[in-house]
Amino acid sequence: MASAEQVAEEAERREIRDRWLLSAPALIIIFLAATGPLLIVVIYSFLTPGPYGGVVWKFSTDGWLSVLMQRDIFDDTLAFADAHLSIFWRSAKLSFLTTILTLLFGFPTAYFIATRPARQRDIWLFLITIPFWTNLLIRTFAIQEVIRNEGLVNTVLIKLGIISQPIQMMFTDFALMVGMTYVYLPLMVLPLYASMEKIDFRLVEAGYDLYANRFQVLRRVIIPLVKPGIIAGSILVFIPALGAYVTPRVLGGSKNMMLGSLIELQFGQGRNWPLGSALSLSLMAIVMVALLFYVRSVGRRDGAHG
Amino acid sequence: MPEQPGRSAIEVRGVRKVFGSGESQVAALDTVSVSIRENEFFTLLGPSGCGKTTLLRLIAGFDFPSAGEILLHGQDIAPLPPFRRPVNTVFQNYALFPHMTVAENIGFGLEMLGKPKTEVKARVAEMLKLVKMEALSNRRTSQISGGQQQRVALARALAPQPKVLLLDEPLSALDFKLRKEMQIELKRLQHETGITFIFVTHDQEEALTMSDRIAVMSSGKILQVGTPWDIYDKPAERFVADFIGETNFLTAAISGMGNGKARATLKSGATIDATVAEGFQPKDNATVVVRPEHAKLTSGKGDLSGTVENIVYFGTDTHIHVRLDSSESFTVRQQNTRSAGCGFERGDKVGISIGNDAAQVLRD
Repeated sequence: MASAEQVAEEAERREIRDRWLLSAPALIIIFLAATGPLLIVVIYSFLTPGPYGGVVWKFSTDGWLSVLMQRDIFDDTLAFADAHLSIFWRSAKLSFLTTILTLLFGFPTAYFIATRPARQRDIWLFLITIPFWTNLLIRTFAIQEVIRNEGLVNTVLIKLGIISQPIQMMFTDFALMVGMTYVYLPLMVLPLYASMEKIDFRLVEAGYDLYANRFQVLRRVIIPLVKPGIIAGSILVFIPALGAYVTPRVLGGSKNMMLGSLIELQFGQGRNWPLGSALSLSLMAIVMVALLFYVRSVGRRDGAHG
Repeated sequence: MPEQPGRSAIEVRGVRKVFGSGESQVAALDTVSVSIRENEFFTLLGPSGCGKTTLLRLIAGFDFPSAGEILLHGQDIAPLPPFRRPVNTVFQNYALFPHMTVAENIGFGLEMLGKPKTEVKARVAEMLKLVKMEALSNRRTSQISGGQQQRVALARALAPQPKVLLLDEPLSALDFKLRKEMQIELKRLQHETGITFIFVTHDQEEALTMSDRIAVMSSGKILQVGTPWDIYDKPAERFVADFIGETNFLTAAISGMGNGKARATLKSGATIDATVAEGFQPKDNATVVVRPEHAKLTSGKGDLSGTVENIVYFGTDTHIHVRLDSSESFTVRQQNTRSAGCGFERGDKVGISIGNDAAQVLRD
């Protein structure tokens, strides 16, 4: 006869086995969909570019070296080149600006929605998500239609006699910021709303009651309470903005390249898949390091507060 | 109890508050006027939806009156935002800031008033001591119990030394024993700080035991303002008599009015002395109330007569329900002794005698 201990042990073993079986589908998908492709990219980054694109199965570190250096055409020596680095820097700057702009526009928007009566909120949220239904490319062309030289804004301004020459907005950083802010705004609004909706507005009243004016209530009560939403929204905007391709391509033109276009170039005309792979992985590394620093700095500030 | 003269801390004059618009308009407060004295423990008592919380929110400044004035020491504060009023609130669910520690919560108001850091620190320490929370000053508010949160909420509201402290059903979330403790604690704090307390509750017992004066509210109106003794023994209207404690209602003809007293002739034919509510207009069938403990059951003839219908034992006392000959029902509360039984049985024919100062004539 099995002792009670053995029975318990057996039950525990079965439970562990079931747990693995039940999570197997999720684990397989995570491995195939996330780890698998990433592994391919890592491998490709260490191969030799094929003459018509693709890769030749020969080990090479040229892909990685080319991220920061350039091989001289004549004597084959490597020299530091900042061409890629400046594109990285530019992308980071513009993505940061996009995050700030979406936060500036998204915060009041989310606050407005969160303070509506419950039934109205759904309608406002629905309106916020409508742009998601249209293809990104089409939305970007729509913006182009608004700001191009013969577009809506310039036509109206000329008709009104405010300007005589169209203002060049297309293919500038301004156009890029308009487009990026527009495209990523919902990604900021939704997490902000999610954390604002949970605020107990009696806390806001308590703030006013304790002599905090509107600005102080915002800074000392509301912002600390929605901090998780601000962090989530910033991450959701900053990361895709850093790798954005369509919007910079259409609105920013080819002069002002961003990372997405640079990577695309290597897989297309550049026919340098290993370099493209290495650039992709560099981007990923930057994002991860940035995230790590961000999360840690936020955590530390919290700790110091307590 | 004689009315004590005193300067009024808060004076509410003809305040109306209307919510909604058009046909869905609701008057939460219907032309309310009341004067609350300095250093007073004043209670707004009424069932939910009577407008007591609305009145409190108007004094706090979270809402603004549709009409009327609210004076604080003679100055109209009705148009001021809450952060410009020297009035603080203890919220029903405390509304402590979850991202701050106990000490930070308590210091918040002083900090917002721009007090120097050393002063804030000293005052916070003083407040922590007042509510006996020194040991937990660095805890997060989520890490302390409901009773402790209550103390922090009190300390936070008292720290800036408000002219008036508003308390919105602050004890309703606590269990019975803790509530009793906090009732005593609140009285102590009010006594020690000398601040005017305006306390909102729907619990009549809480109101009677804690207040200096009570305003009984119903459907957006204040029906009666008085000491607990006034409210209990001399209710002015049926709602007040019914809402606070148990009461017997009798119909009577009133005669010989004068000096706040009258003779009431009951349906049984007996005539008793009664006090008369202010604003009573002479009419044929007035309502007289008698508290169950102010009547006495006799086996002989009394002012009223009837049959014992039911006897309910309560430990300290016994309630004897009597069906009067006039078919009205009447309850007598009799103090228990250690001798067995109350001396009456179901079906007994009994008399009820009403004391000299036991009846009150209502104005409605």
